[in-house]
Amino acid sequence: MASLPKAEPIPVEADEHVQIAFTLNGVSVQTDVLPRQHLADVLRQAFRLTGTHLGCEQGVCGACNILVDGKVARACLMLAIQADGADICTIEGLTDSGIIADLQEAFVQRNALQCGFCTPGMLMTAHELLKQEPAPERKLIRETISGNLCRCTGYHAIIDAVESTARARREARDAS
Amino acid sequence: MTAAAFAYVRPTSVEGVLEHLDSGRDVTILAGGQSLMPSLNMRLSTPELVVDINRIEALRGIEQRNGYIRIGALVRHAEVASSDLVSRHVPLIARAMRHVAHPAIRNRGTTCGSLANADPAAEMPACAVTLDATLVLLSRRGRRDVPAREFFLGLFETARQDNELLAEVLFPVARPSERFGFDEVATRHGDFAAVGVAARATLASARFDALDLVLFACESRPLHSAAAAEIAVGQSWSPALGDAIATAVAAEMEPIDNLHGRGDTKRKQARTLITRVLERIVHG
Amino acid sequence: MHPEARIVGTSQPRQTARRFAAGKGQYTDDIVAARVAHVAFLRSPYAHARCLALDLAAAREAPGVIAAFSGADIASLSPPWTTYLRRLPSHRSAPQPALVIDEACWQGEAVAAIVADTRAQAEDAVELITIEWQELPAINTIEAALDDGAAPVHSALASNLALDHSITDGDIDAAFAQAHTVVSHRFVFGRQTGVSLEPRTILAQFEPNLGELTVYQSHQAPFQMRDIYAAQLGLPLDKVRVIVPDVGGAFGLKLHAYADEMAVVAIATRLDRPVKFVASRLESFVTDAHAREAEAKGRIALDADGKITALDIDMLSGFGAYSCYPRSSVGEALQAIQLGGAPYHVKAFRGRVRGVYQNKVPSGAYRGVGQPIACAITEQLIDLAAKAAGLDPAELRARNLRRAGPSPTRTAGGVVIETLSLHECLAALRQHMGYDALRREQADLRARGIWRGIGLSAFVEITGVGPGLYGPQGLNISAHEACRVSLQQSGAVRCETSVTDQGQGTLEGLAQIIAEELGLGPADIHMIAGDTARTPYGGGAWASRGLALGGEAALRASRKLRAHILAIAGALLQTDPADLSLYGGEILGKTGAAQITLAELVDNVRFRPDTIPLAELPPLEVVEHFVPRTLPYLATNGIQAALVEVDAGLGTVRVLKFWVVEDCGRIVNPQLVDEQIRGGVVQGIGAALYEHCAYADGQLINGSLADYPLPLASEMPDIDVLHVSTPTRETLLGARGVGEAGVVGSLGATWAAVNDALAPLGATVTQQPFTPEHILDRIEAAQANAAKPCSTS
Repeated sequence: MASLPKAEPIPVEADEHVQIAFTLNGVSVQTDVLPRQHLADVLRQAFRLTGTHLGCEQGVCGACNILVDGKVARACLMLAIQADGADICTIEGLTDSGIIADLQEAFVQRNALQCGFCTPGMLMTAHELLKQEPAPERKLIRETISGNLCRCTGYHAIIDAVESTARARREARDAS
Repeated sequence: MTAAAFAYVRPTSVEGVLEHLDSGRDVTILAGGQSLMPSLNMRLSTPELVVDINRIEALRGIEQRNGYIRIGALVRHAEVASSDLVSRHVPLIARAMRHVAHPAIRNRGTTCGSLANADPAAEMPACAVTLDATLVLLSRRGRRDVPAREFFLGLFETARQDNELLAEVLFPVARPSERFGFDEVATRHGDFAAVGVAARATLASARFDALDLVLFACESRPLHSAAAAEIAVGQSWSPALGDAIATAVAAEMEPIDNLHGRGDTKRKQARTLITRVLERIVHG
Repeated sequence: MHPEARIVGTSQPRQTARRFAAGKGQYTDDIVAARVAHVAFLRSPYAHARCLALDLAAAREAPGVIAAFSGADIASLSPPWTTYLRRLPSHRSAPQPALVIDEACWQGEAVAAIVADTRAQAEDAVELITIEWQELPAINTIEAALDDGAAPVHSALASNLALDHSITDGDIDAAFAQAHTVVSHRFVFGRQTGVSLEPRTILAQFEPNLGELTVYQSHQAPFQMRDIYAAQLGLPLDKVRVIVPDVGGAFGLKLHAYADEMAVVAIATRLDRPVKFVASRLESFVTDAHAREAEAKGRIALDADGKITALDIDMLSGFGAYSCYPRSSVGEALQAIQLGGAPYHVKAFRGRVRGVYQNKVPSGAYRGVGQPIACAITEQLIDLAAKAAGLDPAELRARNLRRAGPSPTRTAGGVVIETLSLHECLAALRQHMGYDALRREQADLRARGIWRGIGLSAFVEITGVGPGLYGPQGLNISAHEACRVSLQQSGAVRCETSVTDQGQGTLEGLAQIIAEELGLGPADIHMIAGDTARTPYGGGAWASRGLALGGEAALRASRKLRAHILAIAGALLQTDPADLSLYGGEILGKTGAAQITLAELVDNVRFRPDTIPLAELPPLEVVEHFVPRTLPYLATNGIQAALVEVDAGLGTVRVLKFWVVEDCGRIVNPQLVDEQIRGGVVQGIGAALYEHCAYADGQLINGSLADYPLPLASEMPDIDVLHVSTPTRETLLGARGVGEAGVVGSLGATWAAVNDALAPLGATVTQQPFTPEHILDRIEAAQANAAKPCSTS
């Protein structure tokens, strides 16, 4: 086992575990990984954060969306070793922070989730959308969440929940 | 689907990368990973060594340089989409970005990665060919600049040698007389195109002084249409001209059959797209 | 009931939803099991091949590998199973082994299993297996299956004909001969697969000292699977426990017994470690039950008054290599013709379906099970007949929609109908969608070369299917539902139910029913489901049964519990129980004043029963198994409409808006019902525009999420849902099933809408999905036809 050196590094061989250190949901963590492991697997197995779901391991379905250095990304399309030094936030961390509590409550109230498998990834995408665009039209919401596959809801309720959250936030801002 | 085992290295400099590319090992470069990782996970790609270039500062950045906009190898699609320099000086790319994948992919995927991957249905290679961008390849032998129109050789095949790194791409700054158009047919928003058209026209009122029309997703690489330019240059726009251009390109193309349809279906769709894109370019 | 206690009929948010939204769902792959080992499979790359030699030696030596199993190894633990229906003995299936023994019959069939410490190591070892194949002739199309001298799909089958079933009612030939208007059309339905976002997942553990098998599985019917595992492995039923945790979507595909999952369970009995298998997405495409592959010719006849005099459907249905175990693959084929014309008065009807085996993935249940096909054929024929007769499609429907009730009747296809409300549904739909205004707008846009289409789709569907469909077939499938409700010491209520919930919200509905009966809130009802060791025996989830049948069990059980509670309270309070009511966890007297809390009542029963002046204390735990007695199932009806726009230059279709008017009787939770409908509608639009399994040379060539397009948000419309309500009298609750309603009608509505859009161009689409290529082909064919000098279209 070796930590990665700072100067031009030598390769980590295929069967060699390497210790990586990163910030996970606001906490400094370390774990040993093999080069080929993807980040979703390591989050789910090493850290037991099973809220990040695997639907395809191809980057298509979006169920594995997490935040990497503040931006939404597919956890199945990152090597775990790439998380070294990064700031990673999963649905568990986002929930604990309370930042999306209103969005989650809107999903619950509107039943914008059924089996729940796409939901963490969907919330990640919606969260980033609302950060970038506080007054998104339905068309923009639909386009943005087109990177998240849902087989249960048919999307209509999800659009409603994102739209109502955006509206409530704007009203709260205007009122204050 | 788990990846087959591979070694991994994350150089801190371009020189470090080039040394690994020359090492004789079966090496693949990891930039955005949005094309490589699915391929690794499905074991379609089984390199010996993955060279991660994500920490190399020299590869970052969008800059304006001598009539070009330079996009470094680590520039993400999302950065390009929100770049003021790009929207002002490379408007074709700004238009095309609307069709590129989805937010999570755009946050990680890179423009140069898309060019190096050379998927014939991807938007960035088509834009590069339309604008005849310059692709800058680095190796231990030095630097090699390849025009986009000579870079794309076939299905996932480019002029880049195994020991070369695509370090940056230079897009020419748009001239005031240039107009741009982009459209594609895709099964769903964000999908790779089934048929696509990118165009740059130099217009003097309604007269074409130049026309670079590229058809993509129909053949193994983007088609820069010679026929379109031949018919259009010197002519003023009319629906009949649009029709003639579309007909000529439909005859020029050699479309392949694939999941999106037969070649002749692509011809029909190409005709429709071409006339619409040109009409929009002319009428704004 | 206390006036504020109304909960049934309100859109309560689901208790589980909060957990899911926080990422706290627990799906089968999330379960932590110590020392779990992982299974990976070698799968047949050929559609049909003989396995001549299999060498697992190198694989066994690979790093991390614990064991390797061949088909013969597994067969000695769990013998091949054979699907058999007692009432359909002509439907023969070849015996299906858990792993291929010598003959692989579809591309993707599991051949060998490797167990290793990690999934990656197992997959590495699979690559070290050497295998010698002899390719055999493969049947890849429906036509090829029935050709003279066609190669057998499986060497044990004498014929590839799996089913030949006909229904006749009335003199069909005479009706067509005498008809005023006759229209015929052909239909092709592409093969589809359900695609649940959570792949099939199973975790099995065998405790050798106790001889106990525990299986965690992403599945819809735990009791069915317990029966199968016990029977296959020779274990006593009470030593087998099946638990279904949270399930990430099922849609019927997780109703079946899968060979590879059986292999995993068998392997678990041989190892001293829990064994897990998660189907990768690529594996899912070549193993999850497929569905819908069919070709049909349909004819419809009208008399001079526009009344339907005859409907004739001749269908070929494409099965896979085996008849799915245990329910068989015939369900979809049969329902595809049985439901033909069901919403209409049809004087004469003939339906014939032949099902054929093919060297493809075994086909099985997928939401709607044949009914979307029946509806699409019927509705398209109605539209074409309307056009031929010069009638507005809504008008033709209004003239022919069936009225039914109050006594049950049978449709020509044999469907038992209690009541229908199709006329009311159509009227509500026309009014709400502004049908007449949309027709005028359509005409205006047509003048400008913009091709909009309106498609209507009336449907009758079967829900809440009872035991009558399974028992007589000799299938050990329980099709009643049960609830055991018990009053807890805290005054809350625990409900253990046979119903399972994969996101529909059925458990919330049951909680609402129980809460209302007992004067509590849904949060006071603790629902337990999906565990054969904890819940009463019953079915689970399929054929839209959860609320209709399970809800009835919940209602009856909680009514009995209420009566028991009030009897005890009456004795304690020396009051007539009829003067007491329940509200807010308390027992209220005649004036509405609280007399005693439920918790206090439980204390009395538990610790001071000697002080309760009753000869016999009624139990505070009641179990009710509900079996529908009069009707075999609960037919429902509705009508849908789609508004689309077709781009004739590109062949693309935009779905602008969708409407559904549904009559599912009594609605327990309007929001949950509407969302089930919306989800189903989008699946039907997906079928209409995108989904089909594409094959080349016997190989599935689009078996990945990148290439098998599922509907995404950008292309889907907003969907308006309205209701007419005709409670069923089969139950006290009055609720009918609704889970499949959306998908039953939406393919038909979209099909009708696209053809309506193309009508001015003289084109019709005949093949689903209506890809841009198919639409452009049909437009071109219509133009060529029109250009001919003496054309008759």
